[in-house]
Amino acid sequence: MKNVKLLTSPAPHVRTQDSTRKVMIDVIIALVPAVIAGTFFFGLYALLLSIIGMVSAELVELFIMRVLRKDKSFLPNGSAAVTGLLLALNLSVATPWWVLIIGVVFAIAIVKHAFGGLGQNIFNPALAARVFLLVSFPTAMTTWYRPIASFTGWYTDAQTTATPLAILKLQGFSKVMADTNYLDLAFGNIGGCIGETSAVLLFIGFLYLVFRKRVKIVIPVTYIGTVLLIASIFYAVNPERFGSPLFHMLAGGLMLGALFMATDMVTSPMTIKGQFIFGLGCGIVTMLIRYFGGYPEGVSLSILLMNSLVPIIDRHTQPRIFGRRKG
Amino acid sequence: MKLLTFKGGVHPPEKKFTEHEKIQKAPLPEKVVVLMAQHAGAPAKVVVEVGQQVKTGQVIGEPQGPISAYVHSPVTGTVTSVAKVNSAVHGMAVEAVTIQRTGEDEWDLLPKLDWTNASKEELIEQVKRAGVVGLGGAMFPTHVKLNPPKPVDTLIINGAECEPYLTIDHRVMLEMDEELLEGIEITKKILGVKEVYIGIEYNKKDAIEYLQKKWNGKVKVAALKTKYPQGAEKQLIKAITGREVPSGGLPADVGVVVQNVSTMVAIKQAVVDGKPLVERGMTLTGEGVNKKGNWWIRIGTPISWIIENLGSGFTEGYSELKVLMGGPMMGIPVPNLDTPLLKGNNGITVIPEQKRESTNCIRCSYCVFACPMNLQPYLLDLLARKKKYDEAAAIGLLDCIECGSCSYICPANVDHVKSIKLAKKVYRTLRGGKK
Repeated sequence: MKNVKLLTSPAPHVRTQDSTRKVMIDVIIALVPAVIAGTFFFGLYALLLSIIGMVSAELVELFIMRVLRKDKSFLPNGSAAVTGLLLALNLSVATPWWVLIIGVVFAIAIVKHAFGGLGQNIFNPALAARVFLLVSFPTAMTTWYRPIASFTGWYTDAQTTATPLAILKLQGFSKVMADTNYLDLAFGNIGGCIGETSAVLLFIGFLYLVFRKRVKIVIPVTYIGTVLLIASIFYAVNPERFGSPLFHMLAGGLMLGALFMATDMVTSPMTIKGQFIFGLGCGIVTMLIRYFGGYPEGVSLSILLMNSLVPIIDRHTQPRIFGRRKG
Repeated sequence: MKLLTFKGGVHPPEKKFTEHEKIQKAPLPEKVVVLMAQHAGAPAKVVVEVGQQVKTGQVIGEPQGPISAYVHSPVTGTVTSVAKVNSAVHGMAVEAVTIQRTGEDEWDLLPKLDWTNASKEELIEQVKRAGVVGLGGAMFPTHVKLNPPKPVDTLIINGAECEPYLTIDHRVMLEMDEELLEGIEITKKILGVKEVYIGIEYNKKDAIEYLQKKWNGKVKVAALKTKYPQGAEKQLIKAITGREVPSGGLPADVGVVVQNVSTMVAIKQAVVDGKPLVERGMTLTGEGVNKKGNWWIRIGTPISWIIENLGSGFTEGYSELKVLMGGPMMGIPVPNLDTPLLKGNNGITVIPEQKRESTNCIRCSYCVFACPMNLQPYLLDLLARKKKYDEAAAIGLLDCIECGSCSYICPANVDHVKSIKLAKKVYRTLRGGKK
């Protein structure tokens, strides 16, 4: 009989064909509709920023892995590209490209790799970098352009505007609704970050993630559900000051945050119960900031705050082990 | 048809290449190597000497201690060696008797028993004399299992066969249903149970329908969702009866005994035919062998002989292969082909290695949702690597059934079950038997 070398690695001897890279590629595919919406409403510079975000993030990660960590075998797996893309989508189209790159370096080098690299980071790198840029470059980060609705446009001649949430905070709900309508809010014909404005296209991308089982689905359901519930209560109390539930769902970064940032695998809880608590916490904190905080928008900060609680949530939401009583 | 199941699990590609291959009788091998540890518990004591002539079915090893089993000669021939051999399954050297076959079978049978008149004790003694152990893979001495520490009301026959590739239980259900039923009736009498179920995965729909019709309700046929590890004892009990075996407990704690399909056939043959357990059915399969099939074969047959004579050698084009005792999910890779077939060996699976890139855990939680025991494999793995064994034990280290669903599903290719298995061993050693 022909001689073959017998291998003896441990069981199981069949493995899923899935991989970290496939997970990351799925997330990028799911964000494509949002990139298209951003490009349509804010022009080609939005597309350019998205690409710069992805490429620079992969290059920074490659440098860290190959040069600083001396891992010659490292092959990019797409996780950095996801971070870079998400960061770009979380910026105003008024952001200079080099500010984005500073954000990318912060996200990958500090938020991700200083904590141990892939899977070890406590905070969502894109969100942490966004807040870092907000503090470091407040003007660039809070200059918003009115959508120009054209795929070929450039951004510089666009007219600045305030986001609907800012208008609500400063001028009340009737002023917001005088300038805009729910259809614009849903499709993204409003001022805001590149990726956050089109709730509908974000949702389409999200459905792809659900279909591919790439998303911790309890988080967006509870997050958005909590926002709707709280907004309904406050709307009943004072519609003019607090705004309608549907408005809160569609305006600002809630959809982008709830569907793509809060659901980040690395920085969210592992069990259903934990994910429920996480989504609930995100919803409550978001609305507290929107109603009573110094910023018009609370999605980024609420998710980062809940990120920091994940280890505690995970510890206290261990499922009941088969064959054991609770407790 | 309502399909029963449990929470968690995975669905690897089934690859049941041999599901339509009839069980064939394998020719007798020239030489057999019979390990004295063919069962859970203490190895048997060798009772033959080098040079001695033995008949097929003659006792060559006697049980030592309460959990142990008889071992019989699978062929008629001469004992050529009594020595320790390395066993991949046991991870150490164990005593083995090598027998050179000298001719056709001359049987040394047990006295046959009329089970309808025999007492429970007589039947259990007969099963013990025949050296029957659990043929699903665990190889727990059957006579011990037939005498549960607590009263039981339900017998479950495990025909799930949830491991990919393996098909022998499927074929036994289709081809040996009469012996199977008689074995079940004997077992039912021994245990004194009212309810008897046979659990079969839906990918063996022909067996479900056949037994439903043929047995006409004598044994309730439970159709199970095709999902791994549907045939794990605790998961099977949960799926069929809804009862949950307590942590650290036995099926008897919830009034159930589970027996594998092939074990039932062995019980029938032991009691009715007086035949000791010297042969069994097994599947030879996998992309790495030329001929795949289901075989009725003697215990102790070296794997090299099986692959050469029954499988027509390895498939061309492979320079490296894994030869597994069992299926791909829980099978044990053998480091050399002299390894002989054991009583619990339901298949030889020959497959190429699947090479995959691996990354850090990305906390996708797929393993948490796949774990049939509701454990947190990612956390157990983390604690095991940090050598925090007590913490791991507190979150269920010892509850792990080592099914490998977590490692299977992991997109980052983390070897959870490997580090969990190791941690279990270390923890048990460190604790030194203290509770």
